Amino acid sequence: MENELTSQEADLTALKANDRFAFAKLVDAHSEPIYRLALKMLGSEQDAEDVLQESFIKAFKNIHAFEGRSKLSTWLYRIAVNESLMLLRKHKADIVELDAMLETDEGELMPKQIVDWCCLPEKELMSSETRRVINEGLKTLSDSSRAAFLLRDMEGLSTKEAAEVLDISESALKVRLMRARLALREYLTHYFSGKLPERLL
Amino acid sequence: MNHHDSDSCHEILQQVNAYIDGELDPGLCTLLETHMASCSNCTIVYNTLKKTIELCQQDGQKTTLPPDIRKRLYASLNLNEDGSQDE
Repeated sequence: MENELTSQEADLTALKANDRFAFAKLVDAHSEPIYRLALKMLGSEQDAEDVLQESFIKAFKNIHAFEGRSKLSTWLYRIAVNESLMLLRKHKADIVELDAMLETDEGELMPKQIVDWCCLPEKELMSSETRRVINEGLKTLSDSSRAAFLLRDMEGLSTKEAAEVLDISESALKVRLMRARLALREYLTHYFSGKLPERLL
Repeated sequence: MNHHDSDSCHEILQQVNAYIDGELDPGLCTLLETHMASCSNCTIVYNTLKKTIELCQQDGQKTTLPPDIRKRLYASLNLNEDGSQDE
């Protein structure tokens, strides 16, 4: 982390001096994760591309205001998440958020379906069909839970970093993450149950 | 099948995320592991939850930036990939 921040300081000095090589390096290092995050947040390639472009345009415009207290990647993720959330608010449809349905009357989160599908062959577990189901499942989450899950589990940010991106406490992040994970588990359980031999259900 | 039968299952499942993330106190880890050794339902929830995360991570790794989108990104930023600027 210390090395990363030292190398970041050098990059930041170059970026603030409008060094085009530094900008190209920044885009090269972060465009794929930012695109992936936007795609999984929005579920549309066109929207993800818009968010990708807008995020870097904003980052370049505002680089002078970035103080370097967090990692550049954290700052970029924050811009991209905010852009995605803005777009989602514009397109908001009436969807039932699956993660909210897992709450008990006491407000605790509990799993519902207990089916062991881990025994399925690996090629059935990670097929193109499964990828489609995962992406469908992501769409059923609330925007806040989906963002927490993508940052933490798909992009590999720490709890602290993901909380920083979303500007929430670490404990709030953990609650959103748990909601998302449990909801996706339910979604996949429903899907994989259809693939198990009857004797295992 | 509904999973609201036992108080200890209920408590364990509130900790399972922290356990997966390696953020659970060692004492609670032992408690959770002891419980799971004799509770097939909690073991199934733990295994399928962990597998869910793994599958989503694998899906994420397969999601790459399409070359045409990358090209249009550089164009929108008025930037060439070698860092030189378009006129």
